[in-house]
Amino acid sequence: MSIAPKAENPSLQSQRARVASDLRRVVATDSVLDEEESLRPYECDGLSAYRRLPLVVVLPDTVDQVQQVVRYCHDNDIPIVARGAGTGLSGGALPIEDGVVLSLAKFNKVISVDKDNRTAVVQPGVRNLAISETVSHLGLYYAPDPSSQIACTIGGNVAENAGGLHCLKYGLTVHNVLEIKIVTIEGDLVTIGSNALDSPGYDLLALMTGSEGLLGIIVEVTVKLLTKPDCAKVIMASFDDIEKAGNAVANIITAGIIPGGLEMMDNAAIRVTEDFVHAGYDVEAAAILLCELDGTPEEVDDEIERVKLVLEQSGYTQMQVAKDDNQRQLFWSGRKSAFPAVGRISPDYYCMDGTIPRKTLGSVMSKVDELSRQYDLRVVNVFHAGDGNLHPLILYDGNVEGELERTEELGGAILDLCIEVGGTITGEHGVGMEKIDHMCIQFDTLELSQFHAVKQAFDTKRLLNPDKAVPTLHRCAEFGAMHVHKGQLKFPDIERF
Amino acid sequence: MQTHLADFIRNTIEGREADAILRKCVHCGFCTATCPTYQLLGDELDGPRGRIYLMKQVLEGVTPTSTTQLHLDRCLSCRNCETTCPSGVQYGRLLDIGRVIVEQQVERTEVEKLKRKLLRLVIPYRNRFGPLLKIGQFFRPFLPKPLKQATPAARAAGVWPQADKHDRRMLVLNGCVQPAIAPDINSATARVLDQLGIGLTTANDGCCGALSYHLSAHDEALGFVRQNIDAWWPYIEQGVEAIVITASGCGVMVKDYGYLLRHDTDYAKKAATVSDLTKDISEVLYTEDLTKLKTKSNKKVAFQAPCSLQHGLKLSGKVEDILARLGFSLTTVPDTHLCCGSAGTYSILNPVISNQLKKRKLEALCSEQPDIIATANIGCLTHLESEATVPVVHWINLIAAMSHEK
Repeated sequence: MSIAPKAENPSLQSQRARVASDLRRVVATDSVLDEEESLRPYECDGLSAYRRLPLVVVLPDTVDQVQQVVRYCHDNDIPIVARGAGTGLSGGALPIEDGVVLSLAKFNKVISVDKDNRTAVVQPGVRNLAISETVSHLGLYYAPDPSSQIACTIGGNVAENAGGLHCLKYGLTVHNVLEIKIVTIEGDLVTIGSNALDSPGYDLLALMTGSEGLLGIIVEVTVKLLTKPDCAKVIMASFDDIEKAGNAVANIITAGIIPGGLEMMDNAAIRVTEDFVHAGYDVEAAAILLCELDGTPEEVDDEIERVKLVLEQSGYTQMQVAKDDNQRQLFWSGRKSAFPAVGRISPDYYCMDGTIPRKTLGSVMSKVDELSRQYDLRVVNVFHAGDGNLHPLILYDGNVEGELERTEELGGAILDLCIEVGGTITGEHGVGMEKIDHMCIQFDTLELSQFHAVKQAFDTKRLLNPDKAVPTLHRCAEFGAMHVHKGQLKFPDIERF
Repeated sequence: MQTHLADFIRNTIEGREADAILRKCVHCGFCTATCPTYQLLGDELDGPRGRIYLMKQVLEGVTPTSTTQLHLDRCLSCRNCETTCPSGVQYGRLLDIGRVIVEQQVERTEVEKLKRKLLRLVIPYRNRFGPLLKIGQFFRPFLPKPLKQATPAARAAGVWPQADKHDRRMLVLNGCVQPAIAPDINSATARVLDQLGIGLTTANDGCCGALSYHLSAHDEALGFVRQNIDAWWPYIEQGVEAIVITASGCGVMVKDYGYLLRHDTDYAKKAATVSDLTKDISEVLYTEDLTKLKTKSNKKVAFQAPCSLQHGLKLSGKVEDILARLGFSLTTVPDTHLCCGSAGTYSILNPVISNQLKKRKLEALCSEQPDIIATANIGCLTHLESEATVPVVHWINLIAAMSHEK
């Protein structure tokens, strides 16, 4: 499914003028964008294959303004898509033609840091990395570190329940947030969670985290901070076979070791990132593993030895421990910039986010390689191996007709494969627009109906990021008709149109 | 990124270059994180990714309005985004191309046109800018505060040692405004190189061309470029080792001469030679044996790395290394990667953003109470000096002064 720009209907244009002029009563004139020229750069997020021109973009800078904007949209039945830094890879911030894009980028202040309780209160537009930078002098940091952490913002992290390199040991966003403030679709400011680790009643904070902008607009986040470990070391191991590397990952976890980070890159990923960071990766290896161990120096030394042994038994070809912290950072910086670095070898890429049981890593990698050849599209693999969270990057050229469609098909086949081996279609990037059809495969009618009931409870008019993340049953029925799996029609109980 | 360049540009040199740059961009948004104007304004259109999108529209045939022009004007050309970009997008080049096309298609107001014209008519010419500055300096005590701040106080030129006593020779760019504002920078460079056994000479060169180039007057800029090449060529034939640049902003431009004139049959080769010979003064000192220089100083120095030095010339850490080797104690400066807001004529054309960035930069520089701020570019120097509470100098002057203390 790709959405290309098309000519606009004239009634949209008059609606645009009206909405823009109404919103200019709430926020500064130049904080409402309504010319096509200014709206275009907002037509997509980090998934640039999917584009749609929004009705209006609004850039408030106070919570009160957000409330007024949301109330206005609610009263006038205008859909709202919240947007942070626009780095999402699943099209979660893809605009809606007759909807407002509500940018939270101006909310970029750290409000307070509580050193004693190790928490920080931040606005939603604060960059993930900026939190750690702000508290670094206190010996603290914010653990979840998505690879886009230099640019992605905490509001989006909460909305997508972002993961990252260190989530294997320290958890996802949901495990590192204490409290959030949201603006509901009625424009009310509501606090969810608390400074305590648990609150009475349903765990709404967990529900909100990863809700992809469907339930409320996040306007403030209280995050947990961790003490920086005394010591962190990273091992880089090369393998001459990708399946061996996959099995090594499973073996490390089976040995009872939980590394701070456990990442894998295949040969193509190694080469392209080496070109940017010059980290000293083994460019001849079929795959490398980066395994970080952190804690007290004694703990780390002990675990390093244990991991080395497991890697040896798993058949590594080369192994190296970063000699100092600079080299350790360098090893990671290559991994963190791997996605965009692919821009050096391909004009476009499509990133999948399936998650599979670790023990199937080896075989799934081989299968992905087979699919890549079958569809005649290059696939670069760089991913959170420890979590079993795959990120196959399918390389394509948007200028070549039909290539995007073939890419989407291949992506679909990879997700099917993930589900088949008992995994899920997304680990951390969210469903957004990109994987919405695969939600129909992952869940059955009853489950999806319950998701809609949750949405209904928060947003009766279905105005918050509508038609993303949870597919309508109607959509599933249409998709199911096209997607007969192993001879079985999905959703046989839904009436088809 | 998918591209469909319009007919008017597709098969031109610029068109092909722009297309190749655009196709490298994968729209990840990493660049927004380190963009000074995005940090201040929080609008996609005021960050590199948004500007790339705006330019892409123009290149694809959409007629721009003053909106696109405004957001391109707001770009500092600091190229911080290029350092951040993992995909290797040459944003600066794209901007040079995009700005010219937008300039052709969008009529500026008369006031804006006049401002730009005046800048181009005065600043690049030593014989025009110099006397005007002298008049300003004469009346400086009586000027209102903003004008007074904008007018740098006069500095003594300093002694320039004889060049011909050394076998090793280098040439230094005079440039346009620097000899008038801070003639002591090049003389200090000459004295330091003299101690290292290198004679420093000058030719009758002029503005490096960067000012006109960044105001989208490319032909005018290339005129300056050719004049400089002509002025330097006899010295190059006589075997000068390097063309030393003491303003990193000019350094970026001169190192680009070869690229800018690559299609000029008369000058391409010479221009490439000039670019090869060009060295920022930090590159020269970095490889020299510095033990000949006096190495004791108790000054606490905050170094401001100009964008042209770190993002343009990619010489991060060199000056800091030299100063540390010579015994200066350097303070830790937060956010060293961010622009101070000077950015050539930017401070004059976009004073509001420029001043906000200056305030932030001075706060960062003064966070550990330095005795002095050192920089590597004349633009940053005068910009920071206008509001700094401690002296601002070119770092080479620190070394020269130290040697002088003997």
